[in-house]
Amino acid sequence: MIMSNTAMKLLTSGYQWLDARAPGVTVWWNRHMAQYYAPKNFNVWYYFGSLALLMFVNQLVTGIWLTMHYKPDAKLAFDSVEYIMRDVDWGWLIRYMHSTGASLFFLTIYLHMYRGLMYGSYQKPRELVWTLGVFIFLATMAEAFMGYVLPWGQMSYWGAQVISSIYGTIPFIGPDLLEFIRGDYVIADAALNRFFALHVVAMPMVLALLIYLHLMALHEVGSNNPDGVDIKKTKDAKGKPLDGIAFHPYYTVKDIFGVGFFLIIAAFIVFYAPTLGGWFLEHDNFLIADPAVTPLLIKPVWYFTPYYAMLRAVPAFFGSQFPGVLVMGAGVLIFFALPWLDRSPVKSIRYRPGFVKVLLGLWVLSLLWLGYLGTRHATPLLTLTAQIATVYYLGFFVTMPWWSRWGKFKPEPARVTYDH
Amino acid sequence: MTRFAQTRKLLIGLALVLGVGALFAPPLAASEGGNLLHSGANVEDQASLQRGAKYFSNYCLSCHSLKYMRWSRLAKDLGLSEEQVMGSLNFAGTRFGDPITVALTAEDGNQWFGKAPPDLSLIARARPGGADYIFSYLKSFHLDDKRPLGWNNTVFPAASMPNVLWELQGTQAAVYDTQRVKDESGQQVDKEVFSHFELVKPGKLTPEAFDGVARDLSAFLEYVGEPAALQRRDVGWKVILFLAFFTFVAWLLKAEYWRDVH
Repeated sequence: MIMSNTAMKLLTSGYQWLDARAPGVTVWWNRHMAQYYAPKNFNVWYYFGSLALLMFVNQLVTGIWLTMHYKPDAKLAFDSVEYIMRDVDWGWLIRYMHSTGASLFFLTIYLHMYRGLMYGSYQKPRELVWTLGVFIFLATMAEAFMGYVLPWGQMSYWGAQVISSIYGTIPFIGPDLLEFIRGDYVIADAALNRFFALHVVAMPMVLALLIYLHLMALHEVGSNNPDGVDIKKTKDAKGKPLDGIAFHPYYTVKDIFGVGFFLIIAAFIVFYAPTLGGWFLEHDNFLIADPAVTPLLIKPVWYFTPYYAMLRAVPAFFGSQFPGVLVMGAGVLIFFALPWLDRSPVKSIRYRPGFVKVLLGLWVLSLLWLGYLGTRHATPLLTLTAQIATVYYLGFFVTMPWWSRWGKFKPEPARVTYDH
Repeated sequence: MTRFAQTRKLLIGLALVLGVGALFAPPLAASEGGNLLHSGANVEDQASLQRGAKYFSNYCLSCHSLKYMRWSRLAKDLGLSEEQVMGSLNFAGTRFGDPITVALTAEDGNQWFGKAPPDLSLIARARPGGADYIFSYLKSFHLDDKRPLGWNNTVFPAASMPNVLWELQGTQAAVYDTQRVKDESGQQVDKEVFSHFELVKPGKLTPEAFDGVARDLSAFLEYVGEPAALQRRDVGWKVILFLAFFTFVAWLLKAEYWRDVH
C-alpha cells in the first residue's frame, strides 16, 4: 500500500508538473479520449479500426528490427532474410510477425472499409474521414508492394517486374516513366534500393500522417454507428450526447478485449501456419530472384488479387494494356467518389430497402471471386467471369446515384438501438 | 429475436465469407502440388531427422549444398555431438560452425549434369507440398533411354539428376496407358498417360524400407527449410495460453466498466 501510494504520488506530481508547463496535453486527452463521445451501440465491425492501427504499429516496430539485419542489396538481400530466419535470435518471430502483420493489416482495412459501406459512414458529414481513409488504403498498397520486393525472391522480382510495367503502358510518357521508377531498364539492384528507402522511411511517414489526419477528421464530426443515427441531436443539459459514452475508458477497455481476441488468431498463424498454405508467404518466394527463369504463374499476394484480376480481365486494345490499367485504377479510385455517388436519405443498411442488401452482397461476392481469379491461370471461361465480376463491381458504384434513391426506406429511430 | 435479426444474419454471413472463407478456399498448394504421395514425414521425430541427415550426407551432399544451414545448428537441433557430426556426417573437412557446403562448383555441375545441382536449404519451402513433394520426387525416378543419364522423373519431368538411390530402391520403369483425350482444338487424340511403376531390378531394400529412407530424407529437408519450426511450435502454445488469459481478464474489465451503460 505504501509502495502504491508513493507511486501514485509520484505520478500525480509528475502529471501536475507537466500540466503546469503544457496544459494542452490535458486538453488534447479530453478532446480525443476522455471527453470524446462515441455512440454506445458499436457492434463487432467497429473493432477493425483500432485493430488496423494495432497492425500499423506492429509493422513499424517489427520493421525497425528487421531493418537492423536486412541488407538492401540484390546480391545480399535474399541471404540476409534467411540469416534473420536462422541466425538472428528470435529473428524468425520478428519476420513472421511482419509478414503475417502485412496480410492482417489488409484484412482489417478491408473489413473496416466494408463496415463503412454497410453503415454509410462515408456520408455527410464524414466525406473527409472517408477520403483520407482511401488515401491510407492507397498508401498501404504502395507500401505493401514495395515491401514485398525486399526479400528478393522469385515472386518479389517478377511481381515487381509485372506491376512496375503497368506504368510503362501509359501513352507517350510510359516508357520514360517506367525507367525513372525502376532506375534501370529492368527491376534490379537500383529498384531494390529505392524501394527499401521508400518502404522504411517515406511511406511509413506518409501513413502515420494520414492515419493521424483520418482520426482528427473523425473526431471533428464524431463517429457514425450501426443505426446511422446522429447522436449529437439528443444531448443532456451538460451538452453530452445521451447515446454517447466517453471513448476512454469505455471503448479503450472494449478495444483492449478486441486486441486480445485478434492477437490469439494472429498468434495461431505466426506460430502454427506462418505461410498459411502459400497465401501469406508464397512458395516461389523461397527461391532467389532469377531474371532468367520466369515462374509458371506470376501472381500478387491475396490482398492485391482482386485488382490484378481486373487488370487481366480487360483485353488489350490496339496492342496496349492501358485500358486494363485504367479499369484496375478505377476499381480502387472509385472509392474516392463514394460519398457523392450515394444519394440515400438514410445512412445505415438497416433502414435501406431490402434490395440494397442483395446488391451489396453480390458486390462482396464479385470482389471475392475476383480475388480468387487473381490467383489462377486465366482460361477463357474464367476470364469471362472476371469480366462479369468487374463490370458488376464498377457498375455497383456507377449506377449508385440512381438505385440509392429507389425503394421504400424504413423509418430511422430518433435514438440508437441498444438492447443490453 | 430483434427486428434486426435478419440484418444480423446477413452481417454474420458476410463476416464468415470475408474473414474465414478466404482461409478455407481451395489452397493454392493443393492444386499446384498435383498428385503427390503422402510422405508421413514428421519433423518432431528426432530419430527420423538423424537418419535423414545420415542419408543426405551419404547420397546427396557430394552435389547438393545446404548453404543456409550450419553444422553446429544441425548438431544442436538433432541432438548430436560435435564428434558425431564431424566424424560421420561432415566429410568435406569444413569447420563445425560453417554452413553445409559442397566442393562441386557451379561450372562443373553445369558441365556434368547440364544444370548445376541446386542448393537444397529451402527446397521443402519452395515446392507446394513440401516434404510430400520430396518424398514423391525421390520415389518417381524411372529408366528412360531418351535422357542423357538414362533417368527421368514423373514428378519433375526431364530432371537432370540421376537416381542416386538406385542401389537401395532398385530400378523401375514407367508404364503408360493410352487414353483418348480431346486436344486443344477439340479433336480426339491418343495420349500417353502415366499409370504406374514396374520394378525392373530389385534394390537392397524392400519397397517399405525404401519408403522409410525417402520419408527420413523428406523430414530432414523440411527441417532444414525452417529450423525455427521446432522452436515456434514450442513457444506458440505458451503465447496463445497467455493471450487467452489476457483476453479473459480484458473481457472482465470491459464487462465491469460497461455495467453502467444502459
